[in-house]
Amino acid sequence: MDLFSLELLPPLLSGLKVTLLITMYSTLVALALSFVAGFARLSRFRVISGTAAVYVELFRGTSLLVQLFWMYFALPILLDIRIPAMTAAVIAIGLNYGAYGSEVVRSTIAAVPKGQVEASIALNFTPFQRMKNIILPQAWAMMLPSFGNLQIELLKGTSLVYLITLTDLTYQGMMLRTYDISQTTAIFTWILILYYAAATLLTYVIRLAERKAAVGRG
Amino acid sequence: MSQNIKNFSAEPIVRYRNVTKVFDQRVVLKRLDLDIMPGEKIALIGPSGSGKTTIARLLMTLEQPTSGTIEVNGELLWHMQHKGKLITANEKHLHRMRSSIGMVFQHFNLFPHMTILRNVMEALVHVRKIPKPQAQQRALELLQQVGLQDHIKKYPAQLSGGQKQRVAIARALVMEPKILLFDEVTSALDPELVGEVLDVIKGIAEKKDTAMLLITHEMDFAREIADRILFTDGGVIVEQGTPEQIFENPQSPRLQAFLTRFLKERQYGLASETAAAGAE
Amino acid sequence: MWDWNYTWEILPQLLKVVPITIAATLSAFIFACALGAPLAMAKQSKNKWLSLPVSAIADFIRKTPLIIQLFVLVFVLPTSIGLTLSPFVAGMIGLGIHYSTYLSEVYRSGIEAVPKGQWEASTALNFTKTNTWLRIILPQSIPPTIPVMGNYLITMFKETPTLSAITLVELLMTAKTLGSSSFKYVEALTLVGLIFLVLSYPSALLVRALERRMQAREGSAAIK
Repeated sequence: MDLFSLELLPPLLSGLKVTLLITMYSTLVALALSFVAGFARLSRFRVISGTAAVYVELFRGTSLLVQLFWMYFALPILLDIRIPAMTAAVIAIGLNYGAYGSEVVRSTIAAVPKGQVEASIALNFTPFQRMKNIILPQAWAMMLPSFGNLQIELLKGTSLVYLITLTDLTYQGMMLRTYDISQTTAIFTWILILYYAAATLLTYVIRLAERKAAVGRG
Repeated sequence: MSQNIKNFSAEPIVRYRNVTKVFDQRVVLKRLDLDIMPGEKIALIGPSGSGKTTIARLLMTLEQPTSGTIEVNGELLWHMQHKGKLITANEKHLHRMRSSIGMVFQHFNLFPHMTILRNVMEALVHVRKIPKPQAQQRALELLQQVGLQDHIKKYPAQLSGGQKQRVAIARALVMEPKILLFDEVTSALDPELVGEVLDVIKGIAEKKDTAMLLITHEMDFAREIADRILFTDGGVIVEQGTPEQIFENPQSPRLQAFLTRFLKERQYGLASETAAAGAE
Repeated sequence: MWDWNYTWEILPQLLKVVPITIAATLSAFIFACALGAPLAMAKQSKNKWLSLPVSAIADFIRKTPLIIQLFVLVFVLPTSIGLTLSPFVAGMIGLGIHYSTYLSEVYRSGIEAVPKGQWEASTALNFTKTNTWLRIILPQSIPPTIPVMGNYLITMFKETPTLSAITLVELLMTAKTLGSSSFKYVEALTLVGLIFLVLSYPSALLVRALERRMQAREGSAAIK
């Protein structure tokens, strides 16, 4: 049985590399946006919190694939520039998951008990120190499990970039299939295994971070 | 008794003038005037919701007065001069003013992500900017003083309520405030843990010349350590005086009623405890 | 730049596929709800020979992309077992199976949120197992999960563009076809985005209002 035929692996692995690269770049963009928009939503200034809210609702309210297509097909026409598929993918995925991530940041910071803020005022920490030394470390521990889930969703989401011509794992599989349609089952089996392995690895890394952040609790 | 012969210097360290605090149209503090002398130990007693906690929270800058002024060391706490006008203090002003005030909370509010030692050191290092080795030295001394030298590597979640509150006291004390606020620090504790915390506070009251404002339901404790007792009800100070005056010779009907109720509750509490013990 | 005439021309064509998009969402959601229940029970089962493999499969489905699972349904099934599904049916099954693994977790958390004392009280009152489930446990565990279920319904709706990859003619597919024939992608794709927003945002607000009401009720119940 050639279900696990190894000659399929080299092209699929090169696709996996692209998938992981997009995952990494998009995660960095999403993480940065999560914090920027999350803090912005907690701002006292209506203009800042309002702008952030519009961003979050816009990207959570529409679909990732629609955003991906819009970045790749519509935005270049609108601005009359060329946007490489890779850039469009990283921006769209980063903006999308950044919107979800900002909700995690906002809600966990709000969930740190009020007494923690009061104790740090009583000890005369500056507002910046209160956030950095007291609130964020506690919120971070609460963020990680949700970030872990989002990370898996993001990895899965990158499979859609195949539809805007990027040569990721999904794309490589579809190409292999056009060469030899009889290999279809083997190809998809490998793709599923590779995605699963990548997701499991990411889960494991985040678990380690969670354990490190959870010191002292429970 | 020692407190009777204490000689307070003439200038109060804290001065509340005409302070009113309104929450959601509910007046919790009405035109409060109160002076606290350097080193003075004041106990605030009264029914819950009588404005006791608000008095402390205003001084710790956790709440802003609706009207009136508070002075600390002769300087306005919540206000500052700006172009000849008195405006609400900014964070920088509050930061400078807070360095003479410390507070211990009912629910401890220890930092759960830090060890006991770091809980006590953190503000020394980051607020007072004391080098880490010295800060650690100071923190260890204080933890020894509250009897927790063997637990410094533990996290708050690993301690009992009484131990947590002793850490919180060390954490406040290490900053060497001129006035220390205790907000019902034994109310969240199991009855058998109250004693160890009160003993620590008594020790501080005897040794230190820090002024203390204690909000408490422990009448015997208040009587033992306070120079002056204030009875608040309905957002005003109804009566004040030495422990003897307050407990032996209460003047106002409201204080009399409060003390009678308290005595009854204590008898009932003892009775129910005995009953529970008998049932076991 | 933006061509309004063209916009009005294509809007009806896009709106025409809204029903099929919603139909795909709803049928997949019902499928996911139905499949999620036995999945939750199997994962909770005391029989390790049942719970472990089912948990592993559910984990596998959750950690692999929907689009690949859809390809398996339309490309692998015909060659391996000779079963050819229409894009709509394949989309419904694929989306449904994928989200049933999420919904099984919602069921589980709903059931676990019922305090242990409720089971003990039911035993003490000598309820049968069926009665305990029907009269005591489920009535308490279902209401708190409703907002979460609502959120998943909206999420699944936003996943329907993925079904265009298996040639289901939904909103995105229609927009892309329109766009590629006229090279006016901006109008078509923006309209699709707006349609999604107009349908999903009010639903999300509704779910949030429901969530708040639920929390308020829990809060007042706690005070009592």
